[in-house]
Amino acid sequence: MDTQNLTYVGKDIPRIDLKDKAYGKVRYTNDESKPGTLSAALHISTHAHARLKHVDVNEALKSPGVHAVITGEDFPYQVGPLLGDRPPIAYKKVRYYGEPIAVVVADQEHQAKYAAGLIKVEYEPLPVLQSPREAIKKEAPLIHENMKDYTVMVKGVHSVPNTNIANLTKIRKGDMKTGWKESDITVEEKFSFKPADHAALETRVSRAEILKDGHVYIYSATQGPFYVQKLLSECFNIEPGKISVETPLVGGAFGGKGCVQLEFIVYLASRAVGGRMVSLVNTREEDLISSPVHIGLEANVKLGATKNGKLKAASYEFYFNTGGYSDMGAGMSKAGAVDCTGPYKIDHVHCDSYCVYTNMPYATSFRGFGHPELTFVMERAMDLLAEKLAIDPIELRLMNAIKPGDTTPTQTHLNSSNIGDVSSCLRRIKELINWSEGQSTTTQDGKVRTKGITSFWKTSSTPPNATAGVILIFNIDGSVNLNSAAIEHGQGTKTVLAQILAEKLQMDMKKIHVTMEVNTKYDPHQWKTVASSTTYLAGRAVMAAAEDAIFQLKQIGAVALKCLPADVVVGNGKVYIKDSPEFYVNIKDVAVGYKFPNGNSIGGLIIGGGSHIVRHLTPLDPETGYGKPGPQWTVGAQAIEVEYDPQEYTYKIIKAATVLDAGKVINPNAAIGQMRGGMYLGLSWASRETFMFNEEGRVLNPQFRSYDILRASEVPEYLVDFIETPLVDGPYGARGIGEYGVIGMAGALSNSLSIASGSSLNQLPLTPEFIWESVEGRND
Amino acid sequence: MLNQVVKLTINGIEKEVYVRNAETLIHTLRHELGLMGAKPACNNGDCGACTVLVDGLPLNSCHTLTVENENRSITTIEGLTDTTIQERFIKNWAIQCGYCTPGFVLNSYALIETEPDADDATIDEWLDSNICRCTGYQEIKQTVKEVIQMRGTNE
Repeated sequence: MDTQNLTYVGKDIPRIDLKDKAYGKVRYTNDESKPGTLSAALHISTHAHARLKHVDVNEALKSPGVHAVITGEDFPYQVGPLLGDRPPIAYKKVRYYGEPIAVVVADQEHQAKYAAGLIKVEYEPLPVLQSPREAIKKEAPLIHENMKDYTVMVKGVHSVPNTNIANLTKIRKGDMKTGWKESDITVEEKFSFKPADHAALETRVSRAEILKDGHVYIYSATQGPFYVQKLLSECFNIEPGKISVETPLVGGAFGGKGCVQLEFIVYLASRAVGGRMVSLVNTREEDLISSPVHIGLEANVKLGATKNGKLKAASYEFYFNTGGYSDMGAGMSKAGAVDCTGPYKIDHVHCDSYCVYTNMPYATSFRGFGHPELTFVMERAMDLLAEKLAIDPIELRLMNAIKPGDTTPTQTHLNSSNIGDVSSCLRRIKELINWSEGQSTTTQDGKVRTKGITSFWKTSSTPPNATAGVILIFNIDGSVNLNSAAIEHGQGTKTVLAQILAEKLQMDMKKIHVTMEVNTKYDPHQWKTVASSTTYLAGRAVMAAAEDAIFQLKQIGAVALKCLPADVVVGNGKVYIKDSPEFYVNIKDVAVGYKFPNGNSIGGLIIGGGSHIVRHLTPLDPETGYGKPGPQWTVGAQAIEVEYDPQEYTYKIIKAATVLDAGKVINPNAAIGQMRGGMYLGLSWASRETFMFNEEGRVLNPQFRSYDILRASEVPEYLVDFIETPLVDGPYGARGIGEYGVIGMAGALSNSLSIASGSSLNQLPLTPEFIWESVEGRND
Repeated sequence: MLNQVVKLTINGIEKEVYVRNAETLIHTLRHELGLMGAKPACNNGDCGACTVLVDGLPLNSCHTLTVENENRSITTIEGLTDTTIQERFIKNWAIQCGYCTPGFVLNSYALIETEPDADDATIDEWLDSNICRCTGYQEIKQTVKEVIQMRGTNE
């Protein structure tokens, strides 16, 4: 592939959506209002685990402006993306603090909220489970008593009835006996962190309207309009074509809008009021706890290596804390298993990855999908191994870096395309963070400056038939409209798709009009905008659609130019003869039909269509994990430098660095922005974000005032660089990059602080209080 | 009396609105006046997404009642046109999803107007009132510093 002479790809093309954003012109889902829309409000649970003895809605129904109140009794069925385990509104029991119990529909939002407060719920409290390790014990109370009756929605989810295990993924590679025998040295450690949140600034919001002919209109802040269509169709038995889902620009997502929750509820609410348009907007508090959260984890890991540092064996027990329901938690526990080793060659691997119910808010996908979590565990263990072996942490990683020719834990064969260059990333990060000046230095005022390192990888856990489509429609001026269902939630995907199209058509970016909003009625199907897969899936679809359009332009252009289609090329707004560019016809004169001087016309409209589907993916063998989970592995390395105060146990994050093998960077500014933002999200999570629970499982900090996140004054200097090992079937060689900035941050921060504090810090978040407890030996 | 007429100057134009006494300014701006630039995100004064300028100073519009703003002059993002700060936010990619952008732009604008010589600590203090979940803040901080510097050079 010739990537040398590119005009638009690889260039800092300005983002196409920023002007409207800077001037406040962009409309998000909640910025559109239609007169007559009713408002819904939730009544949420004040218990983490309880039977619902009685839900009294009488007072609420009598309250001014109220049209209807619905409860779990109105739809007593379980839904879910992977395992059908969650009633959209709690039915007979609640399984987490904040779970929706009733929904009030009223004329005005304040009326609905007031009435929701009048609902009286009689609870019968049940024992509360707050740790997945506790929840998998035989004697643990069951959170889902009827799990055996639940419908498995996607093949490959293995729940264990009469336990709290929603999914179990097993990886068996090589022979553990041999692995441990070949190991001179082992390290074994435990890790844990509680659930946290995505905390996108735009809270989740949905509206629904049901027309008399049964057509359902959903407006939602989602990463997957077609996914909403699919799940609503499955759940309510409506033909998918009769469900239209519309999504304008989205105000941040981070995986948290890749699931379906409010859409179910607001559909039921609209149904209860004769199909009138109903709007449901999460408050921040609801968005943090009632809607799904970032998964927690407890893990045991054991690594074995020769005395020279060659990894031989690795054993993992992951207990993912999916909270009250499995949602995408069941997928993240699998994703954590398939990449459990990180980007290292290990021949003997054993992993049991459990998705475990607890009485905490339920989990859904979070940027990195299981990988920031597994990488924290693996990379801490790697540093412990390096320490025990007295080998430089970067050297240990270089020595074991996975390469083409090796196999992954699920025994996928790696080649020079489907995996990036781990070693180059490590060598570059070493320079970027100035590793040679020493991993630990002391400042004049008695503070300690230390560096921590991680390397990481991730494949996209897409369904084996994940797809995306693109339609190109030409305007009479020869410009082209690019329609796809890729969601713009901040990552710049629409700009990147336009760049790929500009390159392929050799057309000025100004001539490309990207439809920013997505509507399932007009746009071609796309699985979701998640899993760092849109540049790949939708990007390939753009190329296919462009090829289709070029073929048609050449056909008509050749007639106009009195030659064969093979004689012409498309570029610069023209169809021209390859070796005589002075003979040309403008695209504008061909794209909507070519008219001869005598008035005769041919051609009609040029409409380019294209799609792409992932190929050769397979479900995993339930006993060994054997299978191909994703299309390719993007790899990278990250580093952190902190300044730690041993007197106060506090620290400042000085630098955060990422080197990623991006395959081909389509837009450097966009890619750097994604890495910086990813590092920020990872550092905010690793350093301070967590939900705090009391003994009853009540979330004590469901507000931005108490759910602490990093602010402008607290962020480090970010350093970013890229390696480019092309993915052969990626658009211009590009790999997915959207999630990757997050992945290694927790590992790198804990590695640097563990060295600084002299105590192995194996929990998150890394608060001064936790560091103090660890150093003083006060934690268990 | 649950409702009353309130006089406000919005982006330089006098408006009369009939609102509930309990109504917050953000609600009036968005639902009575159709100015959707002020974004609801926490309704608790914690994130700054709903920032507007009241008599030139930034205020969380979720944290003030409309009736408290009688006869005050309010600037929303819709009232800022062609400012250097907006131009620089765009140029420096200090925007990703854009949801926090109106708040950050107004806050930064007010900072530069009220503290034209702001040092790094002052900039940090002002920007700490707003949350951005996408960018990691570097581009936003750079932009504010850049505009302060540009102004300094111009004077």
